[in-house]
Amino acid sequence: MRTWTKQMTRIAALITAGALVAACGAGGRPSSGSSSSGGAAQVGITKDTVTIGATFPLTGVAAPGYSEIPTGAQAYFDYVNANGGVNGRKIKYVVRDDGYNPTTTSEVTNELVLKDQVFAMLGALGTPTHRAVVDFLNSEKVPDLFVSSGSIQWGNDPKAKPYTFGWQPDYEIEGKIIGQWVAKNMPDAKVGLFLQDDDLGVDSEKGVRRYIDKQIVKVAKYTSGNTDVAPQIAALKASGADLVLGFNVPSYTALSQLVALKLSYKPKWFYANIGADPELIGSLLSKFSEGAVGKANPLDGVLTTVYIPGVDATDNAWVKLWQKVWDKYGKNGHLTNYRVYGMSEAYAFVQALQAAGENPTRKGIVAAVEKMGDVAGPPLAPFRYSANGHLGISGMRLVELKGLVAKPLTPVLVTDIGDGPIKEDDSAAKDGPPASGIPEVKPAG
Amino acid sequence: MSRVAFGSLIGHLRRTPLRRNVIGGLIGLVVVILVLESVDPFRQGQFATMAYLGIAAGGLTVLTGLNGQLSLGHGALMAVGAYTAALMLHDVEKPLPLPVIMLLSVLVTVVVGAVVGAAAARLHGPYIAGATLALAVAMPGIASFFGDTLGGEQGLSVSTPEAPGWFADAVYFFTAHDVTGTKYLAYVGWIGLIISFVLLANLSASRVGRTWRAVRDDEVAAEIAGINVGRARVKAFVVSAACAGLAGGVMAMVVRIAAPSGFPLTLSLSLLTAVVLGGLGSLGGALIGAALLTFLPQTVTGLGQSMGLSDLQSAQLAPLVYGLTLVLVILLAPAGLVGTIRNAWRRRQSPDTAPVHPQQEATQ
Repeated sequence: MRTWTKQMTRIAALITAGALVAACGAGGRPSSGSSSSGGAAQVGITKDTVTIGATFPLTGVAAPGYSEIPTGAQAYFDYVNANGGVNGRKIKYVVRDDGYNPTTTSEVTNELVLKDQVFAMLGALGTPTHRAVVDFLNSEKVPDLFVSSGSIQWGNDPKAKPYTFGWQPDYEIEGKIIGQWVAKNMPDAKVGLFLQDDDLGVDSEKGVRRYIDKQIVKVAKYTSGNTDVAPQIAALKASGADLVLGFNVPSYTALSQLVALKLSYKPKWFYANIGADPELIGSLLSKFSEGAVGKANPLDGVLTTVYIPGVDATDNAWVKLWQKVWDKYGKNGHLTNYRVYGMSEAYAFVQALQAAGENPTRKGIVAAVEKMGDVAGPPLAPFRYSANGHLGISGMRLVELKGLVAKPLTPVLVTDIGDGPIKEDDSAAKDGPPASGIPEVKPAG
Repeated sequence: MSRVAFGSLIGHLRRTPLRRNVIGGLIGLVVVILVLESVDPFRQGQFATMAYLGIAAGGLTVLTGLNGQLSLGHGALMAVGAYTAALMLHDVEKPLPLPVIMLLSVLVTVVVGAVVGAAAARLHGPYIAGATLALAVAMPGIASFFGDTLGGEQGLSVSTPEAPGWFADAVYFFTAHDVTGTKYLAYVGWIGLIISFVLLANLSASRVGRTWRAVRDDEVAAEIAGINVGRARVKAFVVSAACAGLAGGVMAMVVRIAAPSGFPLTLSLSLLTAVVLGGLGSLGGALIGAALLTFLPQTVTGLGQSMGLSDLQSAQLAPLVYGLTLVLVILLAPAGLVGTIRNAWRRRQSPDTAPVHPQQEATQ
């Protein structure tokens, strides 16, 4: 009798539970296809705001320098908003910290897209970090504008990544332009390469080798995170290289300079733009050497490249504008090249938003950016954006650092990836900002 | 009458640890379905993150809490699992079925875990921590050294697998919601978590678990009682590594990339803090720790921003609050959150007994 009750109870419990669960659900798909909700309002856009997102390393090892970029962009957006915004809409710029860790980038990008509901991403920084989210952004159809990284993967395949656009000149064309200059001006130099062992090193070596393959006597690679570069610099010294081309991030410029000092190795140094901010290098050098090396003129005589006028060009109309904006809307610190970089990206975004018209859509802004090649802006060379390519700024100028000032060595040189020729093109370098400091771009047709 | 029958039914089901744990797991599954179906996609993503952290923390809490081995290398073991899954899911037209990929992640990590565990079994206390720390430090180097296969510094991107038709249909049948990519991953993570927790709880209640505790409490006594101490330790390490491998596999899909910078030393350390926060040796505690790791930074950053702090300040607020929480828990609740609650409960039941030391906690 008891066993029977027990069994019945158990069966009854099972049936009830099953019925309850099934009642919660649908029990099967409806046979007719459900209609999708069309004509919904654009995500991230209201009558008077546009919300955009960005991920930057605000904390951690990559934070020095890079964490200043969003403060520059924010100051410029504050300036635009104070002057009425774009088509009456204020720009809301949401920055999240990823600590240069792709896991965190993935989490905070989810948050920006799914919770904060941003209209677009602007200037998200880093190659490994942004790689973690680029497919997600494209599958969610979120415009992923002006990625702050020189890897070619953001722009060389717009079919696979239709919503992603690069920003700075990619490492390959920088390698080409530097290589050609060395071949022409220092044909007898024995060249050593000091490379970061990722896209930065690989792409730029490819570019350099197009012109000075035979001049290269030694290639030394370091892994980001390993701060001992003595073996690499010693190998370069042993090879007899008298011109070292460094494609590395700023902290490794400081480290290589310190080690070279220790080994009394004195070649001519040429650092790619990404690793050659004299102000940051100066402070890093004095920090790494615990004060033994002064902050003054750490990179005197070093060759590098520029693609946006920097803070040293105090007469430049763009720099004057940035200074005005920063004096009024900057929070802490002074105007740096990183803040100028952020302001330039913000300026280009305002241009893109204007080009997307009165009622911007995600698709519309992508189409508008593809037509932004000839729009006047702070970069020295025009953008390469088109329906077939989403790579960013097309060229740069070679300079020699004298103290903190960059002295031009060449006109602006533009080119493209692959075997495209290198041409002089000063057209974009002469542009100045409009008097209002806010771009006036007509909606793209 | 019916109450008596119900009571006897519960009693019957709770009779063996296996049944108790399986029932617990099924109840957990229902809760997971209810929660995942009622939250927005962003929260689903967070729950997926919590799932893989929970799996790894569960494995670590068994190793540290039950067997007394302190591992600082679980981040690296997760990397092994993540890279295995990434290799299976990187630029492949037709990936293997997901359970197979997860199983492979576990197997490869088990092999690595067995090697490390065999070395660690000869060491004691801080020396085990040192050996596993070496593993965590070496991991990024390995990824760069085999850059051609493992993608070097920028890692391997992972294409998110799509939910198989039968799975989507089953979920739709019960909940009337379609399965998006994020939700599918959350389900995969939580099913993995439930399976591994049921197995871990079972293992710790079995002869194996008793052996591990005996080794932890007194090695000499355990050896005299006929336990092979070295073997017990390697076994515990391998089980723990298997969990880390599964966690890594899920992580690769949730993060959509396996890159060295995703597995810094801080990952191993934060797993350890999660275990300590929740209560050493307790699976429920591991889950609470994983929840804190997942939700606390995002909530605190959001709070900071809504209070008008700058982006940088609110970003710096998160580690500060997490650190303070850790300090407070260790000061006020040294047995961890779960351990302290359990001690308080026991004291209420029988006020005479002394509080249980965290090291003597049984896994539940």
